[in-house]
Amino acid sequence: MEVGKTKKKELVKIKSIPYKDFKNNDYLEEMVRELHENGVNVVVGALDEAINWGRGNSLWPLTFATSCCGIEFMSVGAARYDMARFGLEVARASPRQADFIMVAGTITDKMAPVLKRLYDQMADPKYVIAVGGCTISGGPFKHSYHVVKGIDQILPVDVFIPGCPPRPEAMLYGMMQLQRKVKLQRFFGDVNKKEVSEKEYEERMKRDMTANS
Amino acid sequence: MSVQNKISQQFPTAQIEEKSDRLIVSINAELLREMAVMLYNDKELRFDFMRSLTGMDWGEAGFGVVYHLESTEDIKRQLELKVVIPDRENPFIDTVSDLWKTALLNEREVYDYFGVIFIGHPDMRRLYLRSEWKGFPLRKDYVRAEGLDMTNEEPDDSTVTWYRDKNGVPRSRRYNLFESGEYVVNIGPQHPATHGVLRFRVSLEGEFLKKLDVHCGYIHRGVEKLCESMTYQQTISLTDRLDYLSSLQNRHALCMCVEKAMGLELSDRIQYIRTIMDELQRINSHLLFFATFCMDLGALTSFFYGFRDREKILDILEETTGGRLTMHYNVIGGVEEDIHPNFVKRVKELLAYLPYALEEYRKVFTENIIAKNRLIGVGHLSREDAISFGATGPTGRGSNWACDVRKRIPYGVYDKVDFKEIVRSECDSYARYLIRMDEIKESMRIIETLIDNIPEGNYREKTKAVIRVPEGSYYTAVEASRGEFGVYLESRGDKSPYRLKFRSTGLPLIAGIDTISRGEKIADLIAIGASLDYVVPDIDR
Ligand code: SF4
Repeated sequence: MEVGKTKKKELVKIKSIPYKDFKNNDYLEEMVRELHENGVNVVVGALDEAINWGRGNSLWPLTFATSCCGIEFMSVGAARYDMARFGLEVARASPRQADFIMVAGTITDKMAPVLKRLYDQMADPKYVIAVGGCTISGGPFKHSYHVVKGIDQILPVDVFIPGCPPRPEAMLYGMMQLQRKVKLQRFFGDVNKKEVSEKEYEERMKRDMTANS
Repeated sequence: MSVQNKISQQFPTAQIEEKSDRLIVSINAELLREMAVMLYNDKELRFDFMRSLTGMDWGEAGFGVVYHLESTEDIKRQLELKVVIPDRENPFIDTVSDLWKTALLNEREVYDYFGVIFIGHPDMRRLYLRSEWKGFPLRKDYVRAEGLDMTNEEPDDSTVTWYRDKNGVPRSRRYNLFESGEYVVNIGPQHPATHGVLRFRVSLEGEFLKKLDVHCGYIHRGVEKLCESMTYQQTISLTDRLDYLSSLQNRHALCMCVEKAMGLELSDRIQYIRTIMDELQRINSHLLFFATFCMDLGALTSFFYGFRDREKILDILEETTGGRLTMHYNVIGGVEEDIHPNFVKRVKELLAYLPYALEEYRKVFTENIIAKNRLIGVGHLSREDAISFGATGPTGRGSNWACDVRKRIPYGVYDKVDFKEIVRSECDSYARYLIRMDEIKESMRIIETLIDNIPEGNYREKTKAVIRVPEGSYYTAVEASRGEFGVYLESRGDKSPYRLKFRSTGLPLIAGIDTISRGEKIADLIAIGASLDYVVPDIDR
């Protein structure tokens, strides 16, 4: 977006960074335009706005780190980078209590079903951030026999953070991008809808329980 | 009698080659058992420490296993035992896991990679890959089956062991690891206190641990196979990602291995820089250990202390190398760039600051009565077991075994500086913790001695654009943050290595975790695991 020419409407606000300083604004605008065209009302209601304010500012990640990128994610949580400033501090050890999963580190063939299961166990609405080259494409291990070449093959990814490992600043930026996305979404009747029927859900859980006796 | 004479007398068919740093003995698989027993038991030989065990695919000649042995009594006694298994269709070899316990997991690794079956091994399952996996990936003719298997793993407690019947024909027998009615709990692979994706299955008797079965492979990235199709300059980038808290040291090992093989002389400046960098990395790693160790025991404040101080080191490293974690600093023939003009000044500032931090740690945690109660006497690892498992690094030294590579086989400029090897005899988790805290001080001393005397000279020697290592096999080791990190390279004179094996620092540690934690409470398993300080991608490679 060209700065200073025509002032475009700012879709979402993040306190720490002005709208025009974000990259990929066109992506958000495109998303909204498409929704408009399909006749979806994207002007969120007052209640939605209030809820999204809360949701967007208290996104809790699932502690999930398989390798190097995980150490940088720990740095983001520690004193200097301190993601608590953005309401992201409470890393949860249980997928039931997490809003999004930071996939930090290489995902191997053996880990892939485990990751999928963790994702399935999270409550809706849920989001995925792919951290580092490994999760985007397999990274340095692209040609390996035991590495998944991009987690978008198995999960719907919301934000990609490139790097090997990405700097903590990049991770913060990525998480803010996620916040913007969250703030734009309608909570009622949209992202909060259930993906599977209750019955199927129960069956899945049963399968999980027996597989992990 | 010299080692050489003794072996040739007992085994006239063994081929023996003498190298400056070790003896290379080549034999056929039938002789292995007899030879191993002699090497281990003979009073004059007493090769009690197995440094590394490597599987090989020698093509036409068959498969092979290479053992690197050392005697803890005399560091000069170094042996490389090459064993050929000529039958490619039915590759069988005897186990040595009853002599050297480190072979327990290493032999499973060889089975996983090459399909070589070890007769007499109690547990011949795959180590890294799923049991349904097709083929053996490190064979030269391996082709990966298409597709990604997204089915959940079925829990299976049965395993297989092989023995010879009366006629000497190998036979297999299945049995269960856990008896029926045993109370088995699964921990991991996604668990906040297992330090990454490691998985345990533990059987409990009340609160006490009866048996532990460890599962690896959730971050097995196939690094060794990848290296076989890369040029030497490319392979060094992968070492940073094994144990990322020893990235500089790992890379140092591989660069040194290639340099030695090519006969490349390095300037003193390079050696000084590398040594200082290695020590900075060690402090960095031990600070992170402090942070996570305390966090695992519930002391969350310490986590912030450790990370706060670690950032100071990262700043220094970043200024020179440009990276925080995967630094890509060492290259074959030197280092990537000369040190930053600020480097010396900032390192001195760091050295002046660290004692205050360490004092703070002591007050907060070391002297803390809760911490002491949870650590002292918990997780006993005897000296014999430490050697047998090959548990080097602070873990081995906590069990009264002076196993520091910097002292055993000095490299860099470690022979020119005066530092103490910290060894303790308590053999428990607290000893392992204290050793790391004291090692930070020793590392500071090393840096202090060197920092003002970095000599002038090249920071990078000229090398050819395409590096070819002369034919032969080479083993080099460094003291990484968690123990001996070794590189075994077999070259056929090509642009890329024929086989490159990394001796993991973590694999021996988790091989021993069953022995260490038996009889302890389940909650202490977390303390024990944290005190061993393994890094899972380094175990799985
Ligand atoms: S992207 Fe790089 S730093 Fe991150 S997990 Fe992969 S190899 Fe490690």
